[in-house]
Amino acid sequence: MSADLITGPAVVATDTPTREERRLSPPSFVSAAWLIARKDMIVELRTRTALLAALALSLLSIVIFNFAWDPTAVAAIDLAPGLLWVIFTFSGLLGLHRAFGVEQADRAMDALLGAPIPRTAIYAGKAIGNLALVLLVQLVSIPAALVVYNLEIARVIIPLGGIALLAGIGLVAVGTLFGAMTTSTRASELLLPVLALPFFVPVVTAAAQATARLMGGRPVDETIGWLKLLAAYDIIFVVACAFAYTVVADE
Amino acid sequence: MALVEATALTRAFGNRRAVDRIDLTIAAGECLALFGPNGAGKTTLLRLLAGLLRPTAGQARVDGVALPGGASARAAVGLISHQTMLYPALTALENVEFAAQLHGVPNATSAARAALGRLAIADRADTPVRALSRGMQQRVTVARALVHSPRVLLLDEPFTGLDDAGSSTLADTLADLARDGAALLLVTHDVREGLALATHVAVMRRGSIALHEPRIASGEPDAFVRRYREIVSA
Amino acid sequence: MSLTTSTARPTRTIDGLLLAGLFAVAGAVTRAIWFTPVELRQGLAQKIFYVHVPSAFIALYIAFGLLAVSSALYLWLRDPRLDRMAESAAEVGLVYMSVVLLTGPIWGKTVWGTWWTWDARLTLTLFLWFVVLGLLLLRQSIEERSMRARYSAVLGLLAAILVPFIHISVYLFRTLHPRPIVLKPSAPSLPGSMLTTLLISFAAFLLLFVGLMRVRYRYATERDELLAAEGME
Repeated sequence: MSADLITGPAVVATDTPTREERRLSPPSFVSAAWLIARKDMIVELRTRTALLAALALSLLSIVIFNFAWDPTAVAAIDLAPGLLWVIFTFSGLLGLHRAFGVEQADRAMDALLGAPIPRTAIYAGKAIGNLALVLLVQLVSIPAALVVYNLEIARVIIPLGGIALLAGIGLVAVGTLFGAMTTSTRASELLLPVLALPFFVPVVTAAAQATARLMGGRPVDETIGWLKLLAAYDIIFVVACAFAYTVVADE
Repeated sequence: MALVEATALTRAFGNRRAVDRIDLTIAAGECLALFGPNGAGKTTLLRLLAGLLRPTAGQARVDGVALPGGASARAAVGLISHQTMLYPALTALENVEFAAQLHGVPNATSAARAALGRLAIADRADTPVRALSRGMQQRVTVARALVHSPRVLLLDEPFTGLDDAGSSTLADTLADLARDGAALLLVTHDVREGLALATHVAVMRRGSIALHEPRIASGEPDAFVRRYREIVSA
Repeated sequence: MSLTTSTARPTRTIDGLLLAGLFAVAGAVTRAIWFTPVELRQGLAQKIFYVHVPSAFIALYIAFGLLAVSSALYLWLRDPRLDRMAESAAEVGLVYMSVVLLTGPIWGKTVWGTWWTWDARLTLTLFLWFVVLGLLLLRQSIEERSMRARYSAVLGLLAAILVPFIHISVYLFRTLHPRPIVLKPSAPSLPGSMLTTLLISFAAFLLLFVGLMRVRYRYATERDELLAAEGME
């Protein structure tokens, strides 16, 4: 098709509009974050690389540990909590690495950074997308673990979902930031786990301890202490990492 | 009125000054063609003006607002760089629509379609970008940069990968935009295309502007190329 | 004896302060081994205490404290000297942490028969060891100076925020799983000569720390100046 001049309505107004007259109103923090999260989820659902990798790692680990375990020496209820959350961490790491990789390939990140949205909205959007991924993997993995290790499902499944949400937020808050930091460095695949794992320890510890108490039928207040720790971690690190992201993105 | 303004703009990486105290202004309706050898700092200059890099010293202003500034400072800028900045898994329409939404363009979907139509690629709107040829992807990239009607366009080798028809379409679109009051900064190795669109011409060398003149003073492309070679080998 | 930028000529002489620190440590260790009474219950192995305790204090409070503070200040002031300070504190701190992590288990094993006991301070040192190692690896993987400084400062600050969480996790963990409290070095009932040895040892290790920091900081400054000279042409 040859290059005819535009005959339809002009995309640019024919007289220069002043800043006040312009129709554009850049999206709010929440809208921008949601736009980015949604875009990430759509891309992930179409490519499925991170999701399948994380899911595969998680389910395979659950099964492999079953073969490595002597049921007469250790009861399932003692093994499962720790196992569940360790696997959660490593499969989460696998997924996190991909998140910023999406933007790297064709420097789509520049388009995000150049848009009239706050930098923290980029962080929030990416984090929400990562959280969806992590929770989706847990949605399959937790029931799978309960089944494979013959644990009672009904009583614990909802509280476990709650713990998964809290732990997921902590994991994603720190992992999204470190993902952004390591994606542009050398040896990024190795650097992300090395940096992130010490930060995940309070999350994994709290989640595993809470789960153990939950499954052991212990009184609720023993669990609450660990959950409070998890919630405090979440709040503090979401704020700290959001701020840190503005520093990291500010070249 | 100057839409783009650089005052003693400097950007250092470690101790190497990629952009060294540059002063320049581009007013509405002007198109500055910027030439220069690789490593002269042209891309760095563009990134500074797009709000992607923070200056080490000096200031960059777009539409009167200092960059990088807050979110609103970047609203008026459209950037085309070497990479496509597209998501391969999304369709052409989805990519442009996403950009429109991020800029708060009302009726993002129809605006996206219109932008694609302008680049003569509306029929591929629902094709995933990874299935498009390099030339087609470049058209989508341009559509993405234009969909929010930027008043300032920063273009880094925008003709790369385009065939004759594509180049022609792009040149016409850019001319329209300049006529409608946008300010353009065009970095290109294509002397003919650059001079055809330019109202002003500049040459950058080792972080500084070595030449800055109105288009009329540059003369014919061949004459200009001779002068350019003298400047950069000095 | 101030940590200011040096002139561009490379330092050929061995730093006096570092030398003094090395001698001081040698002297303190000598005093600890031969001139301090042997502890009754633990025997000779208790003397590791004179190396372990000062190192732990310096690693956790001084080195890591310096790292955290210079990271935070860098984010505010963006002064390259603060980045060099953080870099030096991280490396020298890592050395001291390694000493803590080696002497602790050796002491624990020879005296109480267990290599590791999730002691609060030892566990925190272990975590910070990993975090600081991560920080040094991150620094190594970024070429560009201002980006490296920014990222490093962010990580340093986040590490400081992590510390209370590790503390609480270990504390909660220990109250639920009581472990023998073996490494309790701050017993106020230390007899006079032992206390003196401890204080001398502490001063010696601190002197060594300052010497090492000075040398390391000076190296960082000269390296940056050299790169600046190269970049200018």
